[in-house]
Amino acid sequence: MKKQNWLLIVAVILLSALPLWFAPPPAPGPDGQPGQAFGGADEQAQQAIGQLAPGYQPWFAPLIEPASSEIASLLFALQAAFGAGVIGYWLGCAVTRDRLRRQAGEQATTPEDTAC
Amino acid sequence: MHIMEGFLPVEHALGWSIAAAPFVALGLRSVRRQLNEHPEQRMLLGVAAAFSFVLSALKLPSVTGSCSHPTGVGLGALLFGPLAMVPVGLVVLLFQALLLAHGGLTTLGANLFSLAIVGPLVAAGLFRAGRRLGLPLAVCVFAAASLGDLATYLTTSLQLAWAFPDPAGGFVAALLKFGGIFAITQIPLAISEGLLTVLVVNALTRFNADELRHLPLFAKRGAQA
Repeated sequence: MKKQNWLLIVAVILLSALPLWFAPPPAPGPDGQPGQAFGGADEQAQQAIGQLAPGYQPWFAPLIEPASSEIASLLFALQAAFGAGVIGYWLGCAVTRDRLRRQAGEQATTPEDTAC
Repeated sequence: MHIMEGFLPVEHALGWSIAAAPFVALGLRSVRRQLNEHPEQRMLLGVAAAFSFVLSALKLPSVTGSCSHPTGVGLGALLFGPLAMVPVGLVVLLFQALLLAHGGLTTLGANLFSLAIVGPLVAAGLFRAGRRLGLPLAVCVFAAASLGDLATYLTTSLQLAWAFPDPAGGFVAALLKFGGIFAITQIPLAISEGLLTVLVVNALTRFNADELRHLPLFAKRGAQA
């Protein structure tokens, strides 16, 4: 089981990292400059809408825009950190509970420990 | 899978919001009922929600040369049923729409439909079918989580193609275009999500076997075994 878990982690890292080398280079934009590599798929969809319906005007704007891409990455990092914190808390509790239970089971079976 | 703020025509934005609304009500009821019956599962629901918080914040590079993110709602759909993930998806999408200008309020209904309704329904359905066929747990978890993730992005492509059909090729050409942007990019990410979900389920079956026995989708397996 432990080995399987490590293999899973390695596979996820490889799946995430390998595209950095093996993805096709971005297509040049209309101005001949090379396009931005690894942009968001959401933004690409937005550009595709512009091609399919050139006259379309978005009819509502976001109420608050992050002041810069640094602020945006701060908020995304906070979101991930909050989630990771909860998962870490659970894992810590679960591992400790498992160990305490096993110790209690061992103590119950050893006769000289019945005093406690 | 985020359709940007204002990037759905008014009728579509309204229609998807109306379509998603009853699921929000059903989802809240489902969560409340499960926590009332089994308060000890609060921790696991927190883990499922946290998992989707983490995964939906991670924008990963993909083979198409663009970035996208997993959804993380498959795990919760397997543990608590598909409806329970609707409120979780709503919290994630509201946070990103209000503070990050990622997605939007007008497209909230459409995004909720793809992320928190279609994805979890596909994941839970596949998981149940796989268990009924007697497939190993890890295989079922992987297939359910990864294909549920992919279903979310296919839904987004369908929603956009419906709203913006190609002037020459119509709906199908637009679907191919949006599918090329979303679905192809998503394939390696969906595999990653499937693998990570197996990882968490491995830990859950080892450390939380008692709680899993009371969960609807896992319980049937216990009764059969």
